[in-house]
Amino acid sequence: MKFTLSWLKDHLDTTATLDEILYALTDLGLEVEGVEDRGARLRDFTIGYVKSAEKHPDADRLRVCQVETDEGVKQIICGAPNAREGITVVVAKPGVYVPGIDTTIGVGKIRGIESFGMMASEREMELSDEHDGIIELDTGEVGQSFVDWLAEHDPAKVDPVIEIAITPNRPDALGVRGIARDLAARGLGKLKKRDVDAVEGTFDCPVSVTIDGDTLEQCPVFYGRVIRGVKNGPSPKWLQDHLRAIGLRPISFLVDVTNFFTYDRNRPLHVFDADKIAGNALRVHRAKGGETLVGLDEKEYTFEEGMTLISDADGVESIGGVMGGMASGCTEETTNVFLEAAYFDPVRTAYTGRALKINSDARYRFERGIDPAWTPYGIEHATRMILDHAGGEASEVIVAGKIPNTDRAYKLDAARVRSLVGMDIPESEQRQTLTSLGFILEGNMAHVPSWRPDVQGEADLVEEVARIASLTKLQGTPLPRLVDGVPKPVLSPAQRREAIGRRTCAALGYNECVSYTFIDQASAALFGGGEDTTLLENPISSDMSHMRPALLPGLLQAASRNQARGFADLALFEVGPAFHGGEPGEQHMLITGLLVGRTGPKDVHGATRAVDVFDVKADAEVVLAAMGAPARVQILRGAREWWHPGRHGMICLGPKKVLGVFGEVHPRVLDAMDVKGPAMAFTLWPEEIPMPRKAGATRPALDISDLQAVERDFAFVVDAKVEALTLVNAAMGADKALIEDVRIFDEFIGGSLGEGKKSLALTVRLQPVSQTLKDADIEAVSAKVVDKVTKATGGVLRG
Amino acid sequence: MDDLKQKYLGQIAEADDESALESIRLAAVGKKGEVALKMRELGKMTPEERQTAGPALNALKDEINSALAAKKAALADAALDARLREEWLDVTLPARSTRQGTIHPISQVSEEVTAIFAEMGFSVAEGPRIDTDWYNFDALNIPGHHPARAEMDTFYMHRAEGDNRPPHVLRTHTSPVQIRSMEKMGAPLRIICPGGVYRADYDQTHTPMFHQVEGLAIDKDISMAHLKWVLEEFVKAYFEVDGVDLRFRASHFPFTEPSAEVDIRCSWEGGTLKIGEGDDWLEILGSGMVHPKVLAAGGIDPDAWQGFAFGMGIDRIAMLKYGVPDLRAFFDSDLRWLRHYGFASLDQPNLHGGLSR
Repeated sequence: MKFTLSWLKDHLDTTATLDEILYALTDLGLEVEGVEDRGARLRDFTIGYVKSAEKHPDADRLRVCQVETDEGVKQIICGAPNAREGITVVVAKPGVYVPGIDTTIGVGKIRGIESFGMMASEREMELSDEHDGIIELDTGEVGQSFVDWLAEHDPAKVDPVIEIAITPNRPDALGVRGIARDLAARGLGKLKKRDVDAVEGTFDCPVSVTIDGDTLEQCPVFYGRVIRGVKNGPSPKWLQDHLRAIGLRPISFLVDVTNFFTYDRNRPLHVFDADKIAGNALRVHRAKGGETLVGLDEKEYTFEEGMTLISDADGVESIGGVMGGMASGCTEETTNVFLEAAYFDPVRTAYTGRALKINSDARYRFERGIDPAWTPYGIEHATRMILDHAGGEASEVIVAGKIPNTDRAYKLDAARVRSLVGMDIPESEQRQTLTSLGFILEGNMAHVPSWRPDVQGEADLVEEVARIASLTKLQGTPLPRLVDGVPKPVLSPAQRREAIGRRTCAALGYNECVSYTFIDQASAALFGGGEDTTLLENPISSDMSHMRPALLPGLLQAASRNQARGFADLALFEVGPAFHGGEPGEQHMLITGLLVGRTGPKDVHGATRAVDVFDVKADAEVVLAAMGAPARVQILRGAREWWHPGRHGMICLGPKKVLGVFGEVHPRVLDAMDVKGPAMAFTLWPEEIPMPRKAGATRPALDISDLQAVERDFAFVVDAKVEALTLVNAAMGADKALIEDVRIFDEFIGGSLGEGKKSLALTVRLQPVSQTLKDADIEAVSAKVVDKVTKATGGVLRG
Repeated sequence: MDDLKQKYLGQIAEADDESALESIRLAAVGKKGEVALKMRELGKMTPEERQTAGPALNALKDEINSALAAKKAALADAALDARLREEWLDVTLPARSTRQGTIHPISQVSEEVTAIFAEMGFSVAEGPRIDTDWYNFDALNIPGHHPARAEMDTFYMHRAEGDNRPPHVLRTHTSPVQIRSMEKMGAPLRIICPGGVYRADYDQTHTPMFHQVEGLAIDKDISMAHLKWVLEEFVKAYFEVDGVDLRFRASHFPFTEPSAEVDIRCSWEGGTLKIGEGDDWLEILGSGMVHPKVLAAGGIDPDAWQGFAFGMGIDRIAMLKYGVPDLRAFFDSDLRWLRHYGFASLDQPNLHGGLSR
């Protein structure tokens, strides 16, 4: 919402400075978004008088002028055709900034003659586009500030333009008068009376208006009258100045009048050319659907059932509350005008405007809510302005429907300001505030003014009182603790688990990413997503059309981008939600890590190598352990299709309980996502890790033996596809009491063993508990180990 | 006997390797060494002679043995020194590389915020990113026609043909978690809800996904003055300054009443932000007293309970605190950015050690 200071002062009798007004506006909740104070930057320009002007000896078109200024006579070289003796001019002395040429004036020599300033044109001061010559003033004293002169003789040129943000609850502040009312309530002046006497009609209105019975909800009331014999044309200068200052283009007087009241009083009006209303009858009705109209913006609109339309005998002429029609609009030739002041329902207007994608000033105001009670006054104000400038003769006012009743009252509980806001404001001041905002107090009941549709309860009264008193006065009060003493921890086990998982990944050298949770359909489809259930109806681009089914695609895209930037060795991870459906809650927490390239840059020690599956397996195990996953897990195959079929494993507690997957990403997926592979990854499901049964912080007693442990190594030749874990589990089972640990320490494939065979070597650690082991004991256990392993694998002990 | 001593000690001193030393040992104190031979002669001596010669021979043997041991150690030392003199490494060569992982600023700042509010008794609540329009709008006093709905640039989920429910939305703020938490936990209540939110907007200062933290406190007698204190304490703790001016400006949010935008005093000098000093004001959050309709929507009796709510941008306060210039880069996963603006894994923010290094 834009307005000028002088427009505000049309409604507010105030001595407050611009800065005081701006501060108050923001503090009242009418946040100032910008001020264009054209006067401020012209403050240093002063008025001068040209005592003499002689031709420059070395340039035909330059004049050497002696100019009287507040600092004595200055010599100024000037090239303007009208620079001559005896005129009153505007002078910029050295040091003055000239906005139109973006230059600060200095002392200079022009063709060898010194010049001590400049005489300015309107364009150079950005007052207009006028640049045919320097300004010549009819009046003005030498040394007088030019801004002061303008304020007196042409105030519109230096009128500050203020732009404020209007929150949706304050339609009343969409009119200058509403803004003035707030400032007056704050104590920044008095609201001026701006009433006009009603204009008596001298003839019956030749146009009739009816509202269909089923349309009264969306257009409860319609006021209209014809003014005949008007002379349309350009608006008077003051009106053009008002509209131009706030960025509106003056069109013709009749149209400008409607725009003026839109901004002055938040009262949108419409003017029809009365001679173009077919059948001299307007009907307000609900659209059947399919009707069309070319609007004032010259675009054609097609209506949906239920929209509010205004039609004559020929068809639709106007969209109620949104926009008038081209055909029946006023032009320069209009002599008989039909003036409309109606009230359109905010909800219906909002839906219609949104569906038709029309953002008009009228829609903006009707959907927020204008003052229905001011409808009859609005038509009189506009009539008076039209008659005063364009002449003509007004008919009787015709009314269809009736003004909707907005009367309601809420109890003013003076103590509520204390209890809700925490400010002490005397009751008398509270009542005074409400009264000055237009509330009418009857005892404790505050009747809400018709222009404040937002006030819907007692809390709103508190808000008004606190707002006008200023929330900057609010003093903080300590919030008492919920419990005395040391605060209790607040994170849930799942939240702690997520944080630990995240920090463990970073500790392992991964860089955390936060990716957009929506990705393109093709990428989503590679990871089991991309269905319509996770499709966005209105994505901002096709790259962001589907909620991600996993974190891996986002990380792979990040890897691809980083590879393109020349970074080949990457360790990235993300912790966040993935989506398996489009309903609330159809999301699950994941932790995914991705390794690409080498374990580090090539180095002098030859210590780095290409990343492999066992890197991500190690990392997955460390992160799972940090999050409290049990140490005993199964490693199964058969994860989803984006993993390399032979090079991945699922870390499971049983076939249905998958805690994580590690492995190589399928080369076809990498290719599709433009990642130079191979790439290793792990994905963990923290929510799947069983929550420990909390039994206090105490740990079980440490049970260690003083007896020496013994290690024995075995090597078995087995089929190449026999899994190491089978051997480990079999060996572990040989003597559950004695065998503490079994470790694989060597793998050898092929060679002398022959095709399809491999040798696995393992160390079995025996920990005696009651007595030192004798050779015979060790031999007995060893035999059992060999027996178990060979039975489980079909392999043989390697000779 | 003195001759023997002089002879062998002299030889030991001259010996220059271990084998020479061994030869001396055998010749002197070995089984057939000179000292041993002398020992054998003791038997032929008179008891008186034996009394002086015996201890003297033993002393001689001990002395030679000590000298041998000392010389052996000295030779070993010298040999080690000689070897080490040859063992030279170019220690300016780079070390074996280790990867340095990092924590994203959004995670770090979320933890900072959590640490501060936990101290004031707020726990952490969570909610779904896809939510119904009831939780995201209606329950928060934003009915269907409300202009705020259009202004929010909402992302809608696709609806299958025949499914006539209103489309779900990607939550436009973390406020729906207020409603869900009220439903689940009732009053009194103190929660913060950090998390990702969505608006269909993408330019220099907007990304279609960003992060907010919502705060909600409900009790019998909580007022806006408590809100102001909580926010003052938060801003001081978060920006790690001793004092800060907060300015409450009247504003409007459908879900709070009264509502206030909160500015903090700051200065911008040479492009550097300083919180708590100067003459500028920086808008950092929106807040207010929870609207009675919102309490009712969450199943809490608005006549018995009241409270405050606030919301701010995590990415935004991260940018302000750590001087990150561009919001869009948060989501670009550029390795250089992650390394530069990320945090070490062990930099876990807490109040006893400080939030930042």
